[in-house]
Amino acid sequence: MLDSTPPTSSATVERIIRPKHGLVAIDLKELWRYRELFGFLAWRDILVRYKQTAIGIAWAVIQPILTMVVFTVIFSRLAKLPSSGAPYPVMIFAALLPWQFFANAMSQSSGSLIGSANIISKVYFPRLIIPVSSTISGVVDFSISFIILIGLMIWYGVPFRIYLLLLPLFFLVSFFAALAMGLWLSALNVKYRDVKYIVPFLVYTGLYVSPVGFISSVVPEKWRLWYTLNPMVGVIDGFRWAILGPNFEPYWPGFWASLAILSLLLFFGAYYFRFTEKMFADII
Amino acid sequence: MSDPIISVRNLGKKYRLGATLSHNTLRDQIAHSVKSLWYHLKSTSDGHSTHSKTSAVHSASINSEFWALKDISFDVLQGEVVGIIGRNGAGKSTLLKILSQITEPTEGEARIWGCVASLLEIGTGFHPELSGRENIFLNGAILGMTKAEIKKKFDEIVDFAEIEKFIDTPVKRYSSGMYVRLAFAVAAHLEPEILLVDEVLAVGDVEFQKKCLGKMNAAAKGGKTVLFVSHNMAAVRQLCTNGVLLDQGRVKSIGRAVECIESYLNLGLDQGGAIVEHGIQMNADVLIDRIKVNGSEIDKIDLSGEKPMLKIEVSGRLRKPRRLDIETALTDFIGNIVATCRPGIFNGNTQLVPEGSFELIGVVYLPHFTRGDYFLSIGITDPYVEGFWDFPNAVCLTAEGLPTAVSGPVLENRLGHGPIILPGETKVVRCETASAETNK
Repeated sequence: MLDSTPPTSSATVERIIRPKHGLVAIDLKELWRYRELFGFLAWRDILVRYKQTAIGIAWAVIQPILTMVVFTVIFSRLAKLPSSGAPYPVMIFAALLPWQFFANAMSQSSGSLIGSANIISKVYFPRLIIPVSSTISGVVDFSISFIILIGLMIWYGVPFRIYLLLLPLFFLVSFFAALAMGLWLSALNVKYRDVKYIVPFLVYTGLYVSPVGFISSVVPEKWRLWYTLNPMVGVIDGFRWAILGPNFEPYWPGFWASLAILSLLLFFGAYYFRFTEKMFADII
Repeated sequence: MSDPIISVRNLGKKYRLGATLSHNTLRDQIAHSVKSLWYHLKSTSDGHSTHSKTSAVHSASINSEFWALKDISFDVLQGEVVGIIGRNGAGKSTLLKILSQITEPTEGEARIWGCVASLLEIGTGFHPELSGRENIFLNGAILGMTKAEIKKKFDEIVDFAEIEKFIDTPVKRYSSGMYVRLAFAVAAHLEPEILLVDEVLAVGDVEFQKKCLGKMNAAAKGGKTVLFVSHNMAAVRQLCTNGVLLDQGRVKSIGRAVECIESYLNLGLDQGGAIVEHGIQMNADVLIDRIKVNGSEIDKIDLSGEKPMLKIEVSGRLRKPRRLDIETALTDFIGNIVATCRPGIFNGNTQLVPEGSFELIGVVYLPHFTRGDYFLSIGITDPYVEGFWDFPNAVCLTAEGLPTAVSGPVLENRLGHGPIILPGETKVVRCETASAETNK
């Protein structure tokens, strides 16, 4: 603002502002131009989460460990659910890893638009960045938990198999699952505030419907198909398979089915988001 | 370059009242659907007139619309500083929001050639838990700067905001002045081609407002295109080359800034150069028909001359005998009140005016003002008791400063010389020549 720069040339980008009707395409070029904002908003979310806490990022360590301990006690000692020969804590943790990421990312991103109401109503940037960066901020916690998992594997003597290389792929699936839910929920939340009551319910039931405390093989045959429609089933089974080996091979038809559902959710989620995006500043 | 850099054609924005707001929970939506069904059934079954009226009212409240902007068309050339002015609710902020792509127009289109940065609020995106340093990066990124840019300008920004000591403290601990300085410092270092500014000058103390105006001036001189929404007519007059006057969502006047400001002040005026409709009536006992200042056209009154004074003529009608006084206040271009005249209170006597029509003349003897624009606010009151009419910033007075015998710099208000020139003289009381000293 201070500089007296010479006037720009006439060859500058033209922007047309007019009412958009119907489905709106996702502007990838624009998202690329704003790529730094993804990082900044994710960085902000992470910083804020642990500011002014006494033990800071240590919470990212304590939370998964505590959950694992509780689950091990309940499901292995008390309910005596089978574990196909793998050490129970590792089996639980292998499932907790993607589940916690998914649950936290979904909760955070569902409220992300409302939480950013102040910037949405004052500055322009592609609104898609908000739920995406919210999901990205969960990656840090995931990384920390992953290190704990490695520690656990060493402690319990679980061999490091070649299947571990598949882990990033399964992680990507859980990322997109979280993103898909985040897009739908955050956009719906702007118009219908009931969503903030629905999300804890989804997380709560999801924890028991997904194979976190138990393994998929205990599910009876007749429920198999419905059970595997839950996208996280495929992801968690995949994680267990990659970490614990061939005993935990996922139920492949179910896996592909849930992947297909996920893709549809993501695709339509993105379009629904773009469709309602124009109203955000007006009704937030 | 004669091609416009911003081109707006038939822009319109419609808001739906009531309905959108009440349906933000599924429960409400269901309740509403049931209610409409109920009304519909009732009106068809009994055909009772009251029921159909209720349902008509019901559906009217659902479908009531409000056009915040309608048929807005104008062009902005590169390098122009355009002031967008109008009463509250005229649609100025909505226009800026549409041009910033924050909200979508309902009809029409706008074309913009170049990078746009919007300053619709100070400190957008500031998070109270983060430190000043972190917020500079965050705010800068949100406003559109790249990380490299922010790093390069970081020291400048901190210097400008004068918060070097506090840069690592969480922003929630800052005083409001520090907060606003930091926020403005970040915004001031944006380098877009087009700047959209919305009344950011309204916050902050006098120092800050002066800084803002200075920066905006520099931007304007630097060839940037600026769209500036403000209620501060003096700032608009000082900064803007052109103006757009909006009234109730429509364009009332486009053209040079000075003309638009005149139209703004004249909104709702009848012929004859008076400023009646502009005021706010506070009491039904007193009706004002006409006010004239210095007997002439309103707006620019020259305060030069040997003994500048104001003559304010007020004519009106009284329903009951009341004491009447004409009180005036002069404000400078920022809005500080620099002088007041309240004859009824200062002189200690006010005449009781009988019922019927009346004519008052108020005289204000002015000192010499430094060069600049001042605004005159007029109030018709019963001193100590109540106010009847209020005309804030009714007339603009221009002072050229004291005529000087020798051509030298004329004191200007905005350079910090203050509004009033005080008469005075310097006399030499004692001096000794060098020879007197050696004689001792």
